[in-house]
Amino acid sequence: MSLGTKDHAALSDIFNKDEARVDWHDETLWFVRAKRDKAANSIPEWESLREAASQIKNNVLSNLHDYLIEFENQAKINGVTVHWAADAAEHNQIVHAILKRHNVDRLIKSKSMLTEECHLNEYLSKQNIDVIDTDLGERIVQLAKEPPSHIVLPCIHKKKEEIGELFHEHLGTPEGMADPVFLTAAAREHLRETFLTRKAAITGVNFAVAETGEFVVCTNEGNADMGAHLADVHIACMGIEKIIPKRKNLGVFLRLLTRSATGQPITTYSSHFKKPRPGQEMHIVLVDNGRTTQLSRPDFRNSLKCIRCAACMNTCPVYRRSGGHSYHTAVAGPIGSILAPNLDMKEYADLPFASTLCGSCTNVCPVKINIHEQLYKWRQVIVKEGYADPKKKVAMKVMELTLSSPTIYKNAGKAGRWVMKYAPFTVNNKLNLWYQQREMPEVPKESFGEWFKKNKKND
Amino acid sequence: MNVGLFIPCYIDQFYPNAAIATLNLLNKLGITVKYPVNQTCCGQPMANSGFEHLTQGCNDLFIDNFSEFDYIVSPSGSCVLHIKDHLHSPTEENKALGIRKKVYELTEFLTDVIKVEKLSARFPHKVGVHQSCHGQRGLMLAQMSELVEAPYSKPLHLLKMVEGLELVELSRPDECCGFGGTFCVAEEAVSVKMGKDRVADHLNHGAEYITAADMSCLMHMEGILRRQNSQVKVLHIAEILNAQ
Repeated sequence: MSLGTKDHAALSDIFNKDEARVDWHDETLWFVRAKRDKAANSIPEWESLREAASQIKNNVLSNLHDYLIEFENQAKINGVTVHWAADAAEHNQIVHAILKRHNVDRLIKSKSMLTEECHLNEYLSKQNIDVIDTDLGERIVQLAKEPPSHIVLPCIHKKKEEIGELFHEHLGTPEGMADPVFLTAAAREHLRETFLTRKAAITGVNFAVAETGEFVVCTNEGNADMGAHLADVHIACMGIEKIIPKRKNLGVFLRLLTRSATGQPITTYSSHFKKPRPGQEMHIVLVDNGRTTQLSRPDFRNSLKCIRCAACMNTCPVYRRSGGHSYHTAVAGPIGSILAPNLDMKEYADLPFASTLCGSCTNVCPVKINIHEQLYKWRQVIVKEGYADPKKKVAMKVMELTLSSPTIYKNAGKAGRWVMKYAPFTVNNKLNLWYQQREMPEVPKESFGEWFKKNKKND
Repeated sequence: MNVGLFIPCYIDQFYPNAAIATLNLLNKLGITVKYPVNQTCCGQPMANSGFEHLTQGCNDLFIDNFSEFDYIVSPSGSCVLHIKDHLHSPTEENKALGIRKKVYELTEFLTDVIKVEKLSARFPHKVGVHQSCHGQRGLMLAQMSELVEAPYSKPLHLLKMVEGLELVELSRPDECCGFGGTFCVAEEAVSVKMGKDRVADHLNHGAEYITAADMSCLMHMEGILRRQNSQVKVLHIAEILNAQ
C-alpha cells in the first residue's frame, strides 16, 4: 500500500471521513483495553510486576553486549547457527542466502514484526521467493496487499465483511460469507496445505534467554510451532533487544505480555525453541537496525525495553481514532512514534506530534517506558534538527516575543485580539482549522488582569 | 502564608471568571493571595510544539514574578505541570527549582496544603467531571484507570462538599478530550473527534455541566458543545466550588 508523502495528520483526516468507521475502530480497541484492565486488576501485584520487568530490561540494556555474547555461545552449543545483521538490508541478505543454499523458493512465516520492519516480504518476492504469512491476521493483510495496522492485531482495521470479500476472492469462500468461525476454518484449511509443503519457516522471537540460548515465541494460533516443526530449515529473526538474562525471568514477562496485549492470562502457545531436531537446521539472525543508535541516546534508550504488547496502541485515544496506517511505519502508535524517528528523523518527523501527551501509554506499558515524555523530547530534537514546519517556526517566534513581554502581552490582549492573532490555533490560517468544527470562545469584556486592576489590589 | 496566584494566559484573556472564582474561593478560605501583574504565560504552547528553546523569556518572567512566594497556586493542572517539569534558568537555577517544588494546582493546594474539609458552596445540578490528563496523570490529582492502585480523587473530594451537586458517572472516566495544545489544530480531525466523543459521554449520562481543573480542555469541549447548539455548559471547577 502506498501512503505517498502524507503525514499522520493528513492520513488521519482521510481516516476520519467515515465517522461511523472511526467509532467502530475506537470501540473495538477500547474493548481490548478494557479486557487488559480486567486482567491487570486480577493480579494484585500488577504494579510490582511491571517494576520488576522494567528493572530486568534496564539491566539488559546496560549489559546488552555481554548477554548477547552469552546467548550466542549457548545457542551455538545447542547446535544453532547464529548470524549478526547490522541493518535491515543485511538481515534480508542473510535470510536470502540461507534459503538459496537450500533451493527454497517458497516459505512460511509467523509472527514477526522485525521482518515487517526490514520489509523482508518485499525483498524476497523480488528474489522470486514466495512468502506466506501464517498468522491469521497477517495472512488477511497479506491477501489485501496492505501492511499490518497493529503489531498484535494486524488486521484490526478490517471488518469481517471485508475479510469475507477477500477470502471469497482469494480462497474461494462463498460470496457474502462473513461468519468469523467459517472464515477462520477456511483459512486454516488453506494454510494446512501450505504448512505441509513448505521446507523453510521463519518465526519471530518474543524472548531470547542468554543463560540457555533458547528463544520463546508466543502465539495464539500455534502457527509458529506448526511451521517450524514441519520445516527442514527454521530461521528465527530477532532484534538484539529481545534478550533476557535468565529463563526464570520469563515468569515475569509471560505474565505481563498477554494480559497487557489482549487481556488473556497467557498466550495459548508459549513455544520454547532450543535446538534443531535431528536433520533440521536452525538459524537465529540477531538484528541491530538502529537499535545501538537508540541505545546511545540517553533520552530514548529505554524505548528498547519494549516487548511489543501494543497496550499503548489500544489505550491511545489518537491511535484508536486515526488507525495504524496513519503512522506510515511498521510499528504504529505511541511506541512506534518514539522508535521510528531514530530510524529516519525526516520521514517520521510528524509522529512525535501525533499525540496529546495524555500519558495513558506510559501507564499501561508493562515495562514502564516513559513513552509520552519521550514524545515530548523527540519534538525538541526534531525542531532542533530542522525538521519543523517553517510556518510553525514563525508563529512560535511571534509567541516568544509576545509572551516574553508583559507590555506587549497586555496591549495585545487589551485590543481584544491577542488570542486570535497570536495563539497557536489562530496563526497561519489555523484559525480556520479551529473553526471548522468548533466555535471560538466568546471574548470577555475584560481580561482578568484588567478586572483585577479595577476591583482588587495587592496589599 | 505568602501565596502567589498564577493565572495562565488563556484564562486571563478568555476565561476571567475562572480566575475570579479562584481568587474569591481562596480569599473565602482565609488565604491572602497576591497576583503579580506582570505575569504572562508558562511557555507550554511553545515547549509542547518542540520549541522549548524559545521559552527562556517566559521562564525568566515567571521566576521574576513568583520566586518570592511560599506557594504558587494556579487554576490549571497543565500549566502547573509544565512549570514543575520544565522551568529552568541558566543564571538562577536554584530559584527555578524552588518554584518547581512550590507550585500547586488549585485542587491539590486545597486538598494537600489547606486540607479543606468543608465548603460553603451550593450547585444543584448534574455535573460531569472531565479528568484533564496533565492534572490527573502528571500531577496525580486522581487515580488513573490504567493503574492497579487504590482509588482517590482530589477534585471529586472537593466537589462532594458542594451542596446539591450530583455527579454523573462516565463510561470512560479518564479519556483525553483531544485538546493537546497545538495538537488541536495540527491534528484537527482527530482532536475534534476525541472532543466529540468526550462530550457525548457526558451528554449520554445526563450532565448539565462539564467541569474540570483545566480550562483548556473545557475551551475545546465548549467549542464543540456550542457548535452542536447544546445547552450543556462548561465551568471551571473553581466556579463550582465557589458557587452560591
